[in-house]
This record gives sequence, C-alpha cells and structure tokens, in this order.
Amino acid sequence: MTDYKNLKLIATSNPHIRSSETTRSIMLDVIIAMLPALAFACISFGFRALTLTAVSVVGCVFFEWLYRKLMKKPQAVSDLSAVVTGMLLAFVCPVQMPYWMILIGDFFAIVLVKQLFGGIGKNFVNPALAGRAVLLASYAGTMTSWADPAVNKAAILGSNVDIVTAATPLAMMKGGSFDALLETYTVSDMFVGNIPGSLGEVSALMLLIGGVYLIWRKVINWQTPVAYIATVAVLTFLFPLSGSGLEWMLYSIFGGGLFLGAFFMATDYATSPVTKKGQLIFGVGCGLFTVLIRYFGSYNEGVCYSIMVMNLFVALIDKYTKPVRFGVVKSDKKEAAAK
Amino acid sequence: MAQAFFGGVHPNDMKAATNEKAIEQLAPPAEVVIPMSMHFGAPCTPLVKAGDHVKVGQKIGEFHGLGAPIHASVSGTVKAVEPRPYSMGGNMTSVVIENDFQNELSEEVKAPADPDALTVEEMIEAVKNAGIVGMGGATFPTHVKISGGIGKVDTVIINGAECEPYITGDHRTMLERPEEIIGGCKYLAKMFGVDKVVIGVEDNKQNGIDAMNKVIAAQQAPVVVEPLHCRYPQGGEKQLCQAITGKQVPPGGLPSDIGCAVFNINTTCAIYRAITQGMPVVNKVVTVSGSGVVEPKNLECPIGTPVSLLFDACGGLKDGTYKIIAGGPMMGMAQYTADIPVGKGTGAMLAFCEDEEKTVEHPQCIRCGKCVSVCPVHLEPLFMYQYASKGMVDELNDAHVMDCMECGACAYVCPARMHLTHMFKYGKQLVKDKAAAERAAAQAKKAAEEKKEAVNK
Repeated sequence: MTDYKNLKLIATSNPHIRSSETTRSIMLDVIIAMLPALAFACISFGFRALTLTAVSVVGCVFFEWLYRKLMKKPQAVSDLSAVVTGMLLAFVCPVQMPYWMILIGDFFAIVLVKQLFGGIGKNFVNPALAGRAVLLASYAGTMTSWADPAVNKAAILGSNVDIVTAATPLAMMKGGSFDALLETYTVSDMFVGNIPGSLGEVSALMLLIGGVYLIWRKVINWQTPVAYIATVAVLTFLFPLSGSGLEWMLYSIFGGGLFLGAFFMATDYATSPVTKKGQLIFGVGCGLFTVLIRYFGSYNEGVCYSIMVMNLFVALIDKYTKPVRFGVVKSDKKEAAAK
Repeated sequence: MAQAFFGGVHPNDMKAATNEKAIEQLAPPAEVVIPMSMHFGAPCTPLVKAGDHVKVGQKIGEFHGLGAPIHASVSGTVKAVEPRPYSMGGNMTSVVIENDFQNELSEEVKAPADPDALTVEEMIEAVKNAGIVGMGGATFPTHVKISGGIGKVDTVIINGAECEPYITGDHRTMLERPEEIIGGCKYLAKMFGVDKVVIGVEDNKQNGIDAMNKVIAAQQAPVVVEPLHCRYPQGGEKQLCQAITGKQVPPGGLPSDIGCAVFNINTTCAIYRAITQGMPVVNKVVTVSGSGVVEPKNLECPIGTPVSLLFDACGGLKDGTYKIIAGGPMMGMAQYTADIPVGKGTGAMLAFCEDEEKTVEHPQCIRCGKCVSVCPVHLEPLFMYQYASKGMVDELNDAHVMDCMECGACAYVCPARMHLTHMFKYGKQLVKDKAAAERAAAQAKKAAEEKKEAVNK
C-alpha cells in the first residue's frame, strides 16, 4: 500500500486546477486569425508579402531574444507575442518596402516600445503601430507608395524599383476625387480587397473572418471592434465629404485599414482597457479620432494614430470604468453620493 | 427560473468518476483523531482525558463563544489528548480514541418522543447540542445561523449547487437520502416560520433533482427545487442568494441582511437527524477522487478517520502524487502531510498526480482582463495583484481586496497563470496588519496623551 509518510507533497494556494488557455495559445489564435489576410496578401501582391512578413517576424523574435539575453532576463519568446508583433508590423507596411527598413521598425517596436517598459503586458502603446509611426516619419516616401495589385505581381516579386504604384482609396477620398474612386474600385473591390494599400490591411473580408474567429474563441471581446467600426460608420454616414452618405461610409470603413486596426490593433490587451465598458469607450474614441484625422489632419488615414492616441487614455478609462463591486446596488451608490 | 450571478467560470466538473457510485461505509477505523477545531470560531476545550472510556455521540469537546460542541465518533478508550496535524494547516489539540469496535451509543443521545411537537427553541437547542456546522466547508455553527436569522429571514435556501469539480457527496445524498433532506427542510421552514424552502441544485444533477421532487410530491412538503445553470462559484453562499433571489448581499454583510439563510445539503440532513434522533455529527460523507486516486469513491466514515484509510479504501495513491487537497480543487486546502483526519467540513479528499496545476516558470500578466470578467465580486484582480506585490496597502484596500472571497476563479482562468488567489491572501494580511498597527499606534498616542494630562494636573 501507499507509503503515506514519504509522499512528496506541495502545499500551494488554491485554485489547484487551471484552465488550458495560456498566453501562448491566445497568441497562436491571433496568428491563426491573421492567416486569411496574409493568404490574401500573397494572392494579391505576390510572394513578397510572405517573405516580408517572415523577415519581420524573425526580426521581432530575434530582437526580443537578444534584449532578454543581454539583460539577463528569463526568455519569453515562446509566448509568441513577438511573432504577433512582427506579423502586425508587416501588415501595416507597403509590400515593396526594403527588408532592412522593416527591421528598423521591428527594433523600435520590440526593444524601445515593448521591452524597455518591462515586456509583454507592460507597454502602453501598441508596438506594431509605434513601429509603423517611426517608419512613416523616417521614410515617408517608401511608406506612402502603394503597389497596385491590379498590375503584374512579378514586378513586386522582382525588385522595388519598377513597382507600379497607385493612390489608395483614402488618398483619393481626401484628394477630392471620390467620383474617380467610385469608377476605379467598386464597393465589393473595397470589401474583398482589390485595392492598393498596406500588405495586410486591404481585405476587410479576410480581416473580418479573422476577427470573428477571435471573438468566437473569446480571445477578444466584441466591444472594441464593434464600437470602433460603428463610430466611424455613423460619423462618415452623417457627414460625407462627397457623394451619398452610404457610399462614403462604405468606402470609409472598408478602406484605410480600419478592420485591421479595429480587430487586431485596438484589441491589443496591453494597450486597451480591461473592462468591457472601458473597451466600448475606447472603441468609440478610436473611431472619433480616426474620422477627425481623416477629415482634418494632414494624413489620409487615421487608424494608426487614433489607436495610439487612445492607448494613452487607457489608464484614465480604466480608472473611471471600474466595475461596481458585488453588493453595492445603484440606489446605495446614490445615497452614498448624497451623503 | 434561476437568475444569474456575476462572473464565474466553467471548469470541467470531473464528477463522472464518482457520481454513479453509491456512498460506501468505510470499515471502522482502529483509531480516530478528533481535532478540537472543526468549526468557524475558537477551538473547543476537551472534556475527556487519556484513559477515559467514551461512547458514540458522547460530547468530548465544549465550545466557548462562537462554535459548536464536538462528539466522539466511535466508542472506545481515549489514548491521548495532544496536538496533531489537521486539515486547516498546523497542529490542533485532538482527542485520539482507540476504537473498541463495540459501536456503543452514548446515553446522551436521546430521540425526542415527538419531534414534531418540539418548539423552535428546543429545535435550535437540538441543533446546537448536535454540534452541527456548515458541512459545505465553511463550518459556520448552524445554531448561530438559525437563531441569528430568525425574524430577519424570509427565504431559506438549501445549497445543493455542489459547484466544485470532483465532489459528488451532496449529489449522492440527494439520490440516496432525499427523505432526510426534505425532512430537514421541513424543520428549517418551521424554525424560520417560512412557508417555503428553496433547494438550489445545478442542472448537472438532474437525477438528484428528480429524486427530491418525488419525495416532495409524496410528502406534500413546502419545498421547491430550483435547477441552476452550472457555473462556479454558484455554491458560494452570496452567489447562491443572488442566483435564487436576484438580491446582492452588501459588502461585509451576511445573507440574513437580504433576508436569506443558506444551508448545505448535508447540513440539512444533520439537522434532520439531530431533531428526530438526537444524533450529533459523528459521520461525514467524503468524495475521494482525483488523478492520484486509483479507484475514486464516495465514502462515509466517522469524523476523525485518518485520510490515509480513505485513500487505502480507494486502492491507494498512484506514484507521483504531488498534492493532497482537503476540499475541492478550486477552494480546497493543499495538505503538507497525509497524516490528517476527516473533519466536519471535509467534503472531499483529492489527490493529484497529473499536470492539473499547469504552472509556468515566470508568469507575466498580459492585461487580458479575463480575471475582471470572471470575478463574482466584481473586483479587478490584475490591479489588486500589482498593489499587493508592490506592498501598496492603501491602494489594495481601496481596490476592496477584503471583499475577495478567494474563490480562485480569476487564477483559474488566467492564461498567464499568475498566482492571483495566493497574492490576495497575502494582500488581505497586509491590510489587516496595517489596520492593527494603526490601531495600536492610536492607542499608544491616546495613552501618552492621557499620561501627559495626568502629569499636568
């Protein structure tokens, strides 16, 4: 029978069981959710979409590994969060950009934005978006010339010199040529993604599939993306700069990487509020800033900066959206306030 | 239909291992070790000494203040009264009785001539003398709950949620002893002067619900069984009140503040036995389960039975057993030794030998907010963790750490495997320590001022 005197027991705190979900499994789900958009990018822009993404992923993972090695911190590469950052940064860059350039973005995102603040969960701005912002400020020319997927893909695969570029739908909307845009790209082109733009942002459809997968897997809550897209939709419907409200709205929400931002960037755990109420407010704020930047700013699209601005509001939102604790009903609160 | 309570998680209930196994009587143990603290409150004083002969049901420990008396669970000779390890951690004065296997019933155990003729006071007295405490694990003295609730309580709830994984003792009791449960309900209704008692049962125990409904129909008893959707921690007293009545117990309050009183299924059976037979709590139904147990079972054994005998009756422990838990896997207490006895609140003894803990080496919060959405008290565990780990006691208190009931839902769901519940136990102690230090400082200041005044006069 069992030797009860010589059992090697550990006596740790409850709970003694844990759910099977891990940081790694969550990140893996995010990676899976990005695959449809990546596949679409490969079909649309050619093989270079894949190689650029791969280079970015390797860059992010390498910088994370190197930083933690040099700083003698426990390695955390296996949580796959650096892979997600690498993919996201590639998704918001033009497909023909030089490899060395995206590595600069990777370095900024991983080392300066993420690791210097303490690593996963500690950064207050989305690393991929910050990386893009730096690249956009540093290499404005490259970062704003968009390959036209309608043109031969071989050109993209070969080099970045002979690229045929085209204006993005948002640039045309901002430039006052909305009528020309309507003739160039149909609404279904916009939704499916047959338009010029960043590597992973063009196909609202593929991003929607990924986003629905994330909500179904309970990786993200619906609050942020729905509030974000709905806010942009309502504002652009009510205040179209040209054309009918409906057309303007559809081109606004399917263009400019809004779906990528709403499902994959604004929902980043570290840089978004923790309560569902806070996430709603956060989404509305992102939508508001996106439309403001698009209408009044000097950039054509506002998704990247609006999310980064709202990232800075997260601590404030968290403070004012604390859940009402159990046992405190609304009337009690009013009474307490009256006192 | 039952209402919802806040938050909660859905762990795999693991009940299939034992929920079809009838409660077995354990072979009488040669020796029992009865700790003098098996209730919420100060330990009892032993009434016997080494060499005394005791009989089943004889009172061997008397309580003071908040508590319940303790009785001999076997007949035989007291071998020693000495500190022994017990399930709440550390050692406790315990009465060690050598079983003479005569199973002699004490003269103190007297069944009333007509239980139905007892007054409310007499019934409460019977409950008190029987040493009944909350058998779900909280071990709050039942007679205090009853006498404190009379006049305030309009809803009597029987807790058959049994939301902790693995445990099936209450489920089996519903199937095998529904008459005792319904009988106990009737006396509770009489004591509180209510016309209806509600039994809340999670709907993974449908046959238990059916068994009780059969008895209720046959006896025309004033009892309603309320099926509840499975979710942990439904069996938390305050959560069950919320699920049944929709009302919330105020922070720091008791269910009686919203007119509720909650009793566990096996507590209700014990009330029935105490009132009809005068029988004190001497036995306990224990679910022995977990990956480390060869053949999981539901066992009934005398209070004080060494848990090693329970495991032996289940084929022993598997190699590599790394954890023994008194209670369920979510709130139970891990033991550092198998040398502990079964107490009044020991509803389960679990042994784990697989990767249930799923620990990681360097947990790092990713701010996913899942802990916030599952917290049944609507707290924000991730922020409480930061405050506690940095020793920010005031912020910790402002985050209402003292409201945390340590249900473990946040830590269960945490994908980063943060040690949340552990940190909150520590954090609560920090808050208590600081409050005590402030009280002491204020007292010292007051004393110094008084001294000064006295000198000035």
